[in-house]
Amino acid sequence: MSLAVKAVGIRKSFGSHEVLKGLDLEVAYGEVLCILGPSGSGKSTFLRCINHLETPNGGYVWVDGAIMGYELNRGALQELPVKRLRAQQSQLGMVFQHFNLFAHRTVLGNVIEGPMVVRGLSRDEAEARAMGLLEQVGMAAKASAYPSQLSGGQKQRVAIARALAMEPRVMLFDEPTSALDPELVGEVLEVMRNLARGGTTMIVVTHEIGFAREVADRVVVMIDGEIREMGAPQQVLSDPGDPRVRSFLSRVLA
Amino acid sequence: MPHLPHHSPAALPLIDLPGPDVTVRRLRHPGRWISGGIVLLLLAIIVRAFAVGQIQWTVVGQFLTAGVIVTGFGWTLLISACALALGVALGFAFGIMRLSENPILRFAAWLYVWIFRGTPVLLQLLIWFNIALVFPRLYIPGLVDERMVDVVTPFVAAVLGLGVNEGSYLTEVVRGGIGSVDRGQKEAAHTLGMTPGQTMRRIILPQTVRLILPVLGNSAIGMLKFSSLAATIAMGEMLNAAQRIYFINGAVIELLFVCAVWYLAGTTVLSIGQYYLERHFGRDAATATSDRRGFWAWARRPAARGEA
Ligand SMILES: Nc1ncnc2c1ncn2[C@@H]1O[C@H](COP(=O)(O)OP(=O)(O)O)[C@@H](O)[C@H]1O
Ligand SMILES: [Mg+2]
Repeated sequence: MSLAVKAVGIRKSFGSHEVLKGLDLEVAYGEVLCILGPSGSGKSTFLRCINHLETPNGGYVWVDGAIMGYELNRGALQELPVKRLRAQQSQLGMVFQHFNLFAHRTVLGNVIEGPMVVRGLSRDEAEARAMGLLEQVGMAAKASAYPSQLSGGQKQRVAIARALAMEPRVMLFDEPTSALDPELVGEVLEVMRNLARGGTTMIVVTHEIGFAREVADRVVVMIDGEIREMGAPQQVLSDPGDPRVRSFLSRVLA
Repeated sequence: MPHLPHHSPAALPLIDLPGPDVTVRRLRHPGRWISGGIVLLLLAIIVRAFAVGQIQWTVVGQFLTAGVIVTGFGWTLLISACALALGVALGFAFGIMRLSENPILRFAAWLYVWIFRGTPVLLQLLIWFNIALVFPRLYIPGLVDERMVDVVTPFVAAVLGLGVNEGSYLTEVVRGGIGSVDRGQKEAAHTLGMTPGQTMRRIILPQTVRLILPVLGNSAIGMLKFSSLAATIAMGEMLNAAQRIYFINGAVIELLFVCAVWYLAGTTVLSIGQYYLERHFGRDAATATSDRRGFWAWARRPAARGEA
């Protein structure tokens, strides 16, 4: 299996607060990796460092043959101009906890925005492809609705379609179901399950242990800015070696 | 202890209950009638006072459509429109600068607001009008080389004075509007690969326009009125025209009333336009609860803070 993402020694501090303490991670193409961990352990920050929404204070992230935000130049990392960084970022689809849909655009408008503005697709072409994606997430019937008219589950499915529209190499999910009413969680997980079955490479921060057990190829448990456990879901979830991981899991599984 | 039925003289026995079609008499509000009557009376007194006062209403009617006045009103409209356009352009430019990553740009925008919001607009008009005292020549190599008094005519001074001043207010409004669009949408745009410029143009600014629009309506109304200050710098707008007439014929109050009628007409038209603009932009997307009360209800709403 060839590598899609390789994070090397990622460190991140906010002020004097060290949130990430040197994380290493490799994700292969077609793999689904779930990141679990208590709230405040740095999961979101790690995901945001991977796609450079946050600039790491140390280490770097290699995605599909290039280092995010930098160019290797005579042994040093030379920061890239913003336009090239954005081109790299569009290789990574991001789904946020709070959806972050464009409030002034319809469902269809949200999905065609990236392809039209960044990829330069014609409106017709972008719309045709967007409708296909909305079909895939079961939102085609709502194409002309505005985000404010949708339920949380519907918003998140549109947000997934919007990210997919850029044809990213890897999809990142930051607690995609945490802001949803319980009865709406299932429809979003179903869409994600289908993506995983279709071979999409995914890094998913989640509290849905059931989803991780069923869909993940590997599970990572983060505590206090460190990876404390990594491995196959059955092994990590049922027989963790680390005592802090064991106590975290016993709390979420209870 | 047995529960005894409670009997009082006011008790209404079931047997006396009226049928479902019983007449309902509404509570009377004599206080409202009295206060309304007093206000109407006062209005009548004021109207009568003006009717029998030392005003020649025929002169008012006569000058209402006089060529000089109508031309003056045209200038009033032109100054207002140009100054508002300049103010909006400056407001967006400096409002965006205010939130720039570059501390020098941020400082420049802050300085602009500090100076032009912190001094009276009349003073600013006078300074623009007399700018030739500071810079006798306007010289930009290869472009302009002229005497300042020829460049900064009263019209130019009026537009600069009112527009630059308005821009300092709108800078703060634009800054607030941009700040109100949640950061998440900006980040979503970045993960799609949109540059900061594309994000600003396509995601942030369109959403701020809806917030800024009501303020722009008030700005337009305020500008129409503030343009009368240009009369003090020899700009031949409506008030200035009226003054030149009454210096000759002495019909001071008549000509001032003529101006009042035109200003009121202008601000009324602008208010109606503002209503439809707001309704149009409120219709789609986020503000789903659109305002269906109609123009008159809207017009009588409590004035917004800072409404000129
Ligand atoms: N932009 C920020 N500024 C300051 N502190 C932050 C910022 N983002 C996250 N943090 C802090 O970093 C820690 C980890 O946050 P986060 O990555 O959101 O954790 P998780 O997603 O695992 O709940 C928390 O203590 C949080 O308060
Ligand atoms: Mg988080």
